[in-house]
Amino acid sequence: MSAFRKGFTDGIPIGLGYLAVSFSFGILAVAGGLNVWQATLISMTNLTSAGQFAGLTIMISGGSIVEMIISQFIINLRYSLMSISLSQHIDKTMRLPQKLFFGEFHTDEIFAVSMGRPEKLGKTYFLGVIIAPYIGWSLGTFLGAVCGEILPTMVVSALGVALYGMFIAIVVPPMKHSWKMSIVVGLAVIMSVCFAYVPGLKNVSSGFAIIICAVLASLFGALVFPIKEEKDLKTESN
Amino acid sequence: MDWLVFFKYLIVMAGVTYLIRVLPYVFMRKEVNNSFFKSFLSYIPYTVLAAMTFPAILHATDNIYSALAGLLVGIIVALFEKGLLVVALSSCVAVLLIEILQKFVLHL
Repeated sequence: MSAFRKGFTDGIPIGLGYLAVSFSFGILAVAGGLNVWQATLISMTNLTSAGQFAGLTIMISGGSIVEMIISQFIINLRYSLMSISLSQHIDKTMRLPQKLFFGEFHTDEIFAVSMGRPEKLGKTYFLGVIIAPYIGWSLGTFLGAVCGEILPTMVVSALGVALYGMFIAIVVPPMKHSWKMSIVVGLAVIMSVCFAYVPGLKNVSSGFAIIICAVLASLFGALVFPIKEEKDLKTESN
Repeated sequence: MDWLVFFKYLIVMAGVTYLIRVLPYVFMRKEVNNSFFKSFLSYIPYTVLAAMTFPAILHATDNIYSALAGLLVGIIVALFEKGLLVVALSSCVAVLLIEILQKFVLHL
């Protein structure tokens, strides 16, 4: 099988998964006051999950540009580690222009399948692997946004929790498997409650509050409960 | 949203994200093996999402009761590891049911 076809095949399940997640992003973006094309443009240029949702929150609440820069930097910083790992796993066809182009498409899932390949990968593989995920993420957002515009208001109001529902779906399973994760996440939640209700702290804007809670809780986690392998979080059951 | 305001946010958001992905791809030659930094980065997505969700979810719907229903149902379904869409939709359905109950049965 050609490298292009290998990549394309690897990308298909990722694309299908993205279709569902980005659909909810589209609905939420429209519910928050963006139009269909703005929602779709965000997905076409960012290709992130948590980063896009955080960015959307800041846009909708009229947050500052500094807030946007810091939140995107912190939330997406993990991609830089993936890019470094991937830079050890590519062949000579990946020169500067190819890196500048394909680097945009480093998501958690594309990183995972690429690193799972035993051989060093070139530009034809990457061209194949990004197609389905990119189409899935953009098209899903577009479809979700269109649906958000035509659904009745009561349904759209209920869909307001869809975003949080997805976050719960991401956060709860690792907590179930790892008590370390439960403590670290619990700490972030307690701080977040303080920023929402304690006088004084209440005045901190929501974007900054999220960053402060996440950074402090994660620093605590890294100091007290360092993780040896990424998979520790998923398989650990003590 | 106004296109000009939107583009200001979009360029910053996409620009920062692009640079984070591409600069290390082009310039870094060595793997990062610092376990403190790696641990920090593996906790970050979860702490960010948790801080974004709670307590904001309590004010995401018409009233706090429907929001609590959405939260609880979401957590329970997530404990069964049902995946993003199922958890999200269960939360939405819980909110919708409580709001229908409040409006049409209890006439609140």
